Amino acid sequence: MSSTDLAVQEQQAAHREQRVANDFSIQIATVNGSGSQTANMVLLRSILLMGVPVSGKNMFPSNIAGLPTWYTIRASKKHYIARKKEVDFLVAMNPETAKEDVLTLEPGAAVVYDAPLKLDALRSDLVFYPVPFDKLVGPVCPDAKLRRLVRNMIYDGVLAKLLGIDLSLMEKALGKQLGKKAKAVTLNAGALKAGWDYAEANLAKQDPFVIETMNETAGKILIEGNAAAAIGCMMAGVTVVAWYPITPSSSLCESLITYMKKYRVDKATGKATFAIVQAEDEIASLGMVIGASWAGARSMTATAGPGISLMGEFSGLAYYAETPAVIFDVQRVGPSTGLPTRTAQGDLLQAAFLSHGDTKHIMIIPASVEECYTMAQEAFDLAERFQTPVFVMMDLDLGMNNWMSDAFTYPDAPINRGKVLTDEVLKKIGEWGRYKDVDGDGIPYRTIPGDGMPAYFARGSGHNAKGQYSERPDDYVENMDRLARKFETARKYVPKPVVQRNPRAKIGFLGYGTSHFAIEESRDQLRDETKVETSYFRLRAYPFNEELAVFVDAHERVYVIEQNRDAQLLQLMKLELSPELQTKLRSVLHYNGLPIDARSITDDVLAQEGFEVAKKTTARVSAGSAGGE
Amino acid sequence: MASPVKVNRIGLEPQIYKGGKTTLCAGCGHNAISERIIDAFYEMGVDPRRVIKLSGIGCSSKSPAYFLGGSHGFNAVHGRMPSVGTGAMLANQKLIAIGVSGDGDTGAIGIGQFVHLMRRNLPIIYIIEDNGCYGLTKGQFSPTADLGSKLKTGVVNDLPPIDTCALAVELGATFVARSFSGDKKQLLSLLKAALAHRGTVMLDVISPCVTFNDHEGSTKSYAYVKDHDDPVEEVSFVPFFEDIAVDYEPGTTQEVTMHDGSKLYLKKLEENYDPTDKIGALKRLHETARRGEFATGIIYIEPDRDDFLTQLNVVDEPLATLPLDRVRPGPEALEEIMEGLR
Repeated sequence: MSSTDLAVQEQQAAHREQRVANDFSIQIATVNGSGSQTANMVLLRSILLMGVPVSGKNMFPSNIAGLPTWYTIRASKKHYIARKKEVDFLVAMNPETAKEDVLTLEPGAAVVYDAPLKLDALRSDLVFYPVPFDKLVGPVCPDAKLRRLVRNMIYDGVLAKLLGIDLSLMEKALGKQLGKKAKAVTLNAGALKAGWDYAEANLAKQDPFVIETMNETAGKILIEGNAAAAIGCMMAGVTVVAWYPITPSSSLCESLITYMKKYRVDKATGKATFAIVQAEDEIASLGMVIGASWAGARSMTATAGPGISLMGEFSGLAYYAETPAVIFDVQRVGPSTGLPTRTAQGDLLQAAFLSHGDTKHIMIIPASVEECYTMAQEAFDLAERFQTPVFVMMDLDLGMNNWMSDAFTYPDAPINRGKVLTDEVLKKIGEWGRYKDVDGDGIPYRTIPGDGMPAYFARGSGHNAKGQYSERPDDYVENMDRLARKFETARKYVPKPVVQRNPRAKIGFLGYGTSHFAIEESRDQLRDETKVETSYFRLRAYPFNEELAVFVDAHERVYVIEQNRDAQLLQLMKLELSPELQTKLRSVLHYNGLPIDARSITDDVLAQEGFEVAKKTTARVSAGSAGGE
Repeated sequence: MASPVKVNRIGLEPQIYKGGKTTLCAGCGHNAISERIIDAFYEMGVDPRRVIKLSGIGCSSKSPAYFLGGSHGFNAVHGRMPSVGTGAMLANQKLIAIGVSGDGDTGAIGIGQFVHLMRRNLPIIYIIEDNGCYGLTKGQFSPTADLGSKLKTGVVNDLPPIDTCALAVELGATFVARSFSGDKKQLLSLLKAALAHRGTVMLDVISPCVTFNDHEGSTKSYAYVKDHDDPVEEVSFVPFFEDIAVDYEPGTTQEVTMHDGSKLYLKKLEENYDPTDKIGALKRLHETARRGEFATGIIYIEPDRDDFLTQLNVVDEPLATLPLDRVRPGPEALEEIMEGLR
């Protein structure tokens, strides 16, 4: 309703005049390839070290150097770590975008900018802090070639002073970031100090934003989802990895290489307990994974949408010949090449049915870096238990951004290698057939080349329960029905949904993956701002389990929140839900390449619920429009 | 008294090395190749339980079902057998891999994977059953069809062929040979030598398609190949477990010691052909092709180069069966990683 909406506006405006501690976002606009990532990470970690919950998101171009990049840091005492739509504090370092960056700010925002850009002439409703970066960098960095890189560290010093971040903690964060590179640490520490000193001597604090010490981050780590998944793979005992470089998945395999070299080389012999191969393409990557799994190794690959498309044929082979495979899909924006450095959840339908014929795949969907770690391990168990490909559906936001998390816990269970034929089993079951459903769960026993058990001929062509070539109608149907039965069994073993039932709620939220954090925040916004109560079902796998229909049934309307255009999960749900339940489904879709934010969800839901929502300045959807190929 | 059952050096009967009944055309060259594979594996005393048979799609790729019935097999997708074989060998380097492909499976849809397999020197015997046409889809030209070769329908091939041997030599395969399905003796020697080699063996076997490509005007017919077979040497193979002294006149025969200690004796049939000389090998292939002939025998051999698994520095045991305590680092490793991220 309009009156409600007006109240929200007033409330927000009023906030601007007070002190705003640990609840704002900082956006740093730079040029990629200018070393700003180090400065941004130092700023991010120093806020973490202040004990304040924090998150960082990089919006970067598909380019090596010279194009606009935005890095957003959000401090949130309430632990909200989704992207915040509004920018409260801008650091404008890029002359190309500075004007637009300033013009799109909300009134009351603060701007640190490179003095020659003279941005203060653009608006009168913002707080401006000019800093002469070029003048400051000279004395602290005598080597002219390095100045471009060191220059960015100066804004960290300025921000430390303006926001009240302890400079010693920032220096600690710098040490952590640069590690043993003593020269670089000294150089950058000088730049930090120069920024701090300049701000102290020349800039009077006029904005409300401050970082205050809290005690909410003890023991927390900062990690990208790709690195978290890599650690999970290592702990799962992966032995064969084949991959092809593609944004945003490359750093998963690259992190894995780093960790494996450190922790998976035999001390006695100096030899590796793994093989990692950069293949000629994604097709070969999955082919190698399938060959390795067939021969008994725990094997994986990581890719993004274009790679998934290429893997179609082999995915069908693995489904039909029943070989395990773990495939990480770090989703980016499609179709086709799409926006390689932007995030989406657009591969769901493609992965679920990847390949021709009647093919269905297990998908598991982590929301957090912690789940990247745990689900990486679950993926291998599921792939071997069900002798089938398992797709781990991550996204760029999760894979490539830094997330605050509790430290990961050491796995307390042994790995599950599924039904592998042994002498004991053979005695028990009598006659073995590779594709015989002995236990009624659709899962056959397999043998592994070299293990001395009976051999079989794996094939993508029609086969009977013994694995022999067959074109007989009854053999075909029996086998396909068993595969369907196996998929049914999987419902009970894939990660269960996380459900928060609110007895007062008429509407339910249903989401998955990284939308989780924005959904949680949006639910709070709805409750606090409009007294709309919601339940929440966080889906974590396909095939679904029976709780899905129960949840939909229990609510009048269910908003399925997704980061794609075509409501892909909703479409998938429609295949299984009854027509009455289908009528309850609504869509909230966010697909501009930026991570979904709470305000977008809240506004969309309120509009669909009949509230009047004021049209606000849209976020920087233009970010990176100049991005190259 | 029954005569004693014939067994090989590991005590297995010939029967064990046979496979299912062939479903290929009567007289198909591929069947002759399957028979030589059976003979070679039997005579070399290879344990079939250690063998993996791999193939792509096509007539050739059906043939692994017709030999070594006690071995595991994987009939993969069209043109992509190399990657499946690579994965399997990474998982368990104690396996012995034999891949059977065709000229379409390798030269057309599979050329990308073929190229990269050759670069890696993976331990695998990669056989192309080469008839210059697609049999299973009724005789279309494949990329190894010679310029000017004629289809039954009268269509003439006007694109230059891919010479898989030249390509393999160029790309780094360490054992490159060509043979003819009708030359039992040479093919058997080559297959036995292949089993003694640690690295990629690329063996192109001209294998006429009796149904679609055995007519006049075809350059892959029995008659044509018989007339244009140009052996580069006479191949004798002496496995490490046989102690045979070979007499030869000095300067007429080149001796090559294989990875497992076996010996290869290559009797020169002409002036100075040296199969360890890469540039000479390529030159010879081009010259023979220009004459419309097929150079057969060992075209190129490099017995000592590190194979792919050695390059990757993997442990000696199969990765597939390493116990959990060797593939899952301890809690202290995880704690160290976590500390670095705080």
